[in-house]
Amino acid sequence: MSTAESSAASLEAREKEAQASLDAHTHEIVQWHFHESTGSPFWLQKRSELSFDPLTEVKCYHDMKKFPPFEDDWLRGGPMSRWVPKGFEGKPVYVFETGGTTGIPKSRMVIEDHWTDYELFSDTLPDQYFPRGANWLMLGPSGPRRLRLAVEHLAQFRGGINFCVDLDPRWVVKLIKKGWMEHLEAYKKHCIDQALTILTAGHDIKCLFATPKLLEGLCNALEEQGKSFPDTGITGIFSGGTEFTPQWTRFCIEEYFGGPPDVSGIYMTPTYGNTLMGLACSKPVTAADDYKITYYAPQPRAVIEVVGFDDDQQAVGYGETGRVKLTTLTKEFFVPGFLERDEGERERPFETYPWDGVSGVRPFHGFAAQTTVGVY
Amino acid sequence: MLNIPVIRWGKPYESLEVDEVLHFSTGEPIAKVSQANGGIIARDMRQAKKARQILRDIPCTEIIELLKKAADLYENESLPIGDGSQSPDQFAHQQSASTGLPEHMCRQNMAKNSFVLRNMQKILDCLTRGLDLNILTRGYGIEHRGVVVSYQAQTSVLSAVLPSNSPGVHTLWLPAIPLQMGLVLKPGPQEPWTPYRMMAAFTEAGIPKEVFALYPGGPEAGAAVLAASERAMIFGGTATVEQYRGNPRVQAHGPGFAKILLADDVVDDWEKYLDLMVESITINSGRGCINCSGVWASRHTKEIARAIADKIGPIEVKPPTDPQAGLAAFTVPGMGKAVWLMIEADLKEDGVTDMTEQFGPRLVEQERCSYLRPMVVHCDSPEREIANKEYMFPFSTVVECPEDQLVAKIGPTLVCTGITNNEKLIGDLTAASHIDRLNIGPIPTSKLNWLQPHEGSIIDFLFRARAYQVTQEAQAAL
Repeated sequence: MSTAESSAASLEAREKEAQASLDAHTHEIVQWHFHESTGSPFWLQKRSELSFDPLTEVKCYHDMKKFPPFEDDWLRGGPMSRWVPKGFEGKPVYVFETGGTTGIPKSRMVIEDHWTDYELFSDTLPDQYFPRGANWLMLGPSGPRRLRLAVEHLAQFRGGINFCVDLDPRWVVKLIKKGWMEHLEAYKKHCIDQALTILTAGHDIKCLFATPKLLEGLCNALEEQGKSFPDTGITGIFSGGTEFTPQWTRFCIEEYFGGPPDVSGIYMTPTYGNTLMGLACSKPVTAADDYKITYYAPQPRAVIEVVGFDDDQQAVGYGETGRVKLTTLTKEFFVPGFLERDEGERERPFETYPWDGVSGVRPFHGFAAQTTVGVY
Repeated sequence: MLNIPVIRWGKPYESLEVDEVLHFSTGEPIAKVSQANGGIIARDMRQAKKARQILRDIPCTEIIELLKKAADLYENESLPIGDGSQSPDQFAHQQSASTGLPEHMCRQNMAKNSFVLRNMQKILDCLTRGLDLNILTRGYGIEHRGVVVSYQAQTSVLSAVLPSNSPGVHTLWLPAIPLQMGLVLKPGPQEPWTPYRMMAAFTEAGIPKEVFALYPGGPEAGAAVLAASERAMIFGGTATVEQYRGNPRVQAHGPGFAKILLADDVVDDWEKYLDLMVESITINSGRGCINCSGVWASRHTKEIARAIADKIGPIEVKPPTDPQAGLAAFTVPGMGKAVWLMIEADLKEDGVTDMTEQFGPRLVEQERCSYLRPMVVHCDSPEREIANKEYMFPFSTVVECPEDQLVAKIGPTLVCTGITNNEKLIGDLTAASHIDRLNIGPIPTSKLNWLQPHEGSIIDFLFRARAYQVTQEAQAAL
């Protein structure tokens, strides 16, 4: 058997293993959420409306197709307790919100999922650039969003302390919609100024979470002061969202950081996720691969599928474009087949992540015109 | 197919994000245009001062001479663009293919741009009211009246966020280079052609390439250009104009709502002005902000509307290569239909008559584009909803309005042609602050005299007149 054949066989075996693990996990999670003794009031109520019995008819991940599409409107409004599985009764519950610039935001209950998600993510971070024990700066949305607490936990999990700024993305969306661009710039500057203050206050920060816009703003502000991003001493950055494009990555690496990690000593990794799902990690991003960004979900806790625009039950072919569909399978939260506001290309499994991925993530073309992107 | 890079102070930069420019009727790719991300623009703009420093080393008079050479190159020669080259015929063909404008109109716009370049000396002489251009270079000097004057540059570059649909607007930014300001342009997605060709003509003529930055891109690029610029032009709709109203850093150019007023003393002879009205409505396929969108008079309005409709109603869609083509295509999917639906809704109002109805359907939908054939709509009163609308095709209302209400009712008007000998009306029109360009007499709204300012003087936009006092000895030495 040649090396290539051997490698292909090994990958195939890993794919089968991952699939088996996903099937078993799916069965376990569905049993938990739909069993009278452990399930949440919401899913127990839904069980009576379904045309099938999840307890007996969902045996593997493929059976998840039996569920009707998850409607994000179900997440708006109270009571939040309807989402808390009976099996977790009495445990302290967090609520994380998404959206909500106008109207009622979507809410998700969490107990420890955000810790678990970020602990798993922590395993993907290279210690060389994200040193254990290093302090962090969280330059992103605060308030009722998950990121502030999640990044703080990540820092603490790795033995560091997290510093953060206040940032209200709903106000930013309003500024954009009103066309108050000068106010937008002023608010951005207000956030960057706070970050600069923290970075110059002797906190020995080496790791950073920042949204692409704010990272760019920070780099710009430093250069306007005659400094550069490497002067901050930060060596590890994670960022995310649809604005984290290959071109943007290349621009940051070439022009703000001073070159790839082995030259500049600065490593930046993209992530994709939201309040509903965990955190999808990327394949390493390199110049040789034109800075292509490919995300893989933290299976089996979450699954990313790239499905047809007209048929969300059918995955598109590898390399083809489709809508991003997320499934969350944790004991705290169950979301079967949620159609994201994004689209991208389906990517093949590889050794590290032997399941499907998605690349080129961008706002779904059907929504793109109405979506206010890049809010912070 | 051409690959067109971002230009960063003269240096080409190939982005990983590329937009394909497609032929509007065949869908065939014509060019791949690199897209600038906002960060690139913000970062580059910190170097904007260098552009003015470079240009200030070349006397204005010398630049003006180079512009004459550039005019010839732009109009007549093959010039480099991206990884290829482009002849004048290819330019007209490519611009037509992506914007939907007939090729002969593209050539007319080329001629207009070249004319402005060739006549820059006269144009600047008029816009500066005869100022010695060295005063703008140095920031101060002594005027021919023997008075010390100072004009302080408010920016090192002029930026412009350009539209896709009207190649005529490019004349507005051409004076920047001879005023020793760098140029930062965000081309319209379907019209990268003029900025790139103009830059090529300038640099081939001898203007240093380091004073040009061209940033094709999406809305993020436009926003970044505006955010980073001390002085920028933007072209858009009424909402854009409103958004930037009162912002001294942004000159917003929107719809023109250009009008022809036939006063009571001439309206009985309206037939004499029929060709003028038709030309004002139809030239450049009605796309320009200077195209007439309303003819106003107190009587004979139905007859006027009917006569215009007889002339323009029968105009048919023709291929863009046809020298007789009078209509530009709407190349954005669904746009033609959307415009038609808006008009159709307005036509339902009492007192509104579609005078071109008898000439067949106006909306012509093709596989990849759509057209709207010329329209004339009669309004029995200025109060009708459609009376003050403007669309991107040969469209005009003919509005019945008593003469004593004309000035008050016409609303914001970029170009007003007032045909009258009535001194009181001329006085009222002259005083009306909602009229920008005023033509008194039978002058088409579309006929611009380049020696006049357009939507404010570019000199006032880029420079600030201020006090500058020196001792008598120092003045004597100036």
